[in-house]
Amino acid sequence: MSKAAELAKAGETLTNQPSGRKNLVTNGAMQVAQRSTSETGKGADQGYFTVDRMLYFENGTTDVRFTQSQATDVPTGEGFATSLKFDCTTADASLASDNQLVIKHRIEGQDIQQLKWGTSNAEKVTLCFWIKSTKTGTFIIELSRESRKISQAYTVSSSDTWEKKTLTFDGDTGGSVVTNDSANRLEINIYMGVGTNYSSGTLDTAWTGGTNANRAVGQVNAFDSTSNNILFTGIQLEIGSQATNFEHRSFGEELALCQRYFYQDVKGVTQEISVGWYYTSSAISWIVNFPVPMRASPTMAYSGPTDGFTIYRDGAADNFTALTIENVNYQYTRASCFNNNQVSGTAGQAGIVRATNAACLVSFSADL
Amino acid sequence: MVIENAKYNKNKVDEICSVQATIDGITMSVPLDTANSDYAEILRQVEAGDITIAAAD
Repeated sequence: MSKAAELAKAGETLTNQPSGRKNLVTNGAMQVAQRSTSETGKGADQGYFTVDRMLYFENGTTDVRFTQSQATDVPTGEGFATSLKFDCTTADASLASDNQLVIKHRIEGQDIQQLKWGTSNAEKVTLCFWIKSTKTGTFIIELSRESRKISQAYTVSSSDTWEKKTLTFDGDTGGSVVTNDSANRLEINIYMGVGTNYSSGTLDTAWTGGTNANRAVGQVNAFDSTSNNILFTGIQLEIGSQATNFEHRSFGEELALCQRYFYQDVKGVTQEISVGWYYTSSAISWIVNFPVPMRASPTMAYSGPTDGFTIYRDGAADNFTALTIENVNYQYTRASCFNNNQVSGTAGQAGIVRATNAACLVSFSADL
Repeated sequence: MVIENAKYNKNKVDEICSVQATIDGITMSVPLDTANSDYAEILRQVEAGDITIAAAD
């Protein structure tokens, strides 16, 4: 590089150096895993299994099964303590044509307005991450916003070795301006395997309408052997064409960012849910306050054995099994919940609502 | 997403307030908010004719 080019590059770095918060990815260091730190036998369906905000997405049916975990295997000396690990336990060496095995990270439209995509001033973005994969060869990263997509290939050179990858993507000057809302307006798609429907063409390395055959050309199958593992950490997406150091955040800060999308309220026995009251002799209500405003009205998921939940009131304990969400306030900071067919008490009495079995789980999800 | 046993819930004043369903094997109570991805998927599957939502008791 000539001196002039070096100076130009330095100037660009100074101009585009993000100030303040720069990483558009939440939980890129895989610090937060509210649901679980390890789940076995996954792969039949898509879902958020362990590390928050990292969706395992699957299209089509595949034999692939894996253990997903929040691992402590990390690149040495980089300041990371955790990674997202897939340990292949059932291989599928011949993926079906419609298969996509992908980690998706979804970002709200209101959080990417500064990219100015859909305008002539669209900004470049740079994605940086660490990968450790048993399988070597070509892998694909795709950015996807509504119907528009762009892909880039990168190479894993050494088996089972942490490697840092940096990819810069052009801003999208086409398409519509990114809607300023809380919906999913940008996906980072980290491919781990793909069928021919998504790989039989020529890789689209410029923004296009997204021909499926051009989306993940060359992608190896990271799940073609039960000897395979694949791990990621340090995912950072930032504005501009320069990769800067990873933005390490405190655990509390990252947890709060994740809780906008998912809040594990109860996990286990003798855990308080809220103060409740008998509305009638057969109906109790209680309010759950969320630690941060959620993205939207959340789904309440629960599990536990029969009579796994209890309301203690007036010297008595009434057990119940089912939980129902009723209303959520407009800021998505609290919800009313009830049970109206499994309790018996006295209208007007108050009590404490508690999980009373080790298998009890209650969570609230407003993920993308 | 596998959605089974979808059924409307009524609250204490007899208004429909949410949908109870088993989603990917987990019991869930889903608010009637189209920004909620579970409710959006329920509506999509209803529209496609794949599932129906039973009336509340």
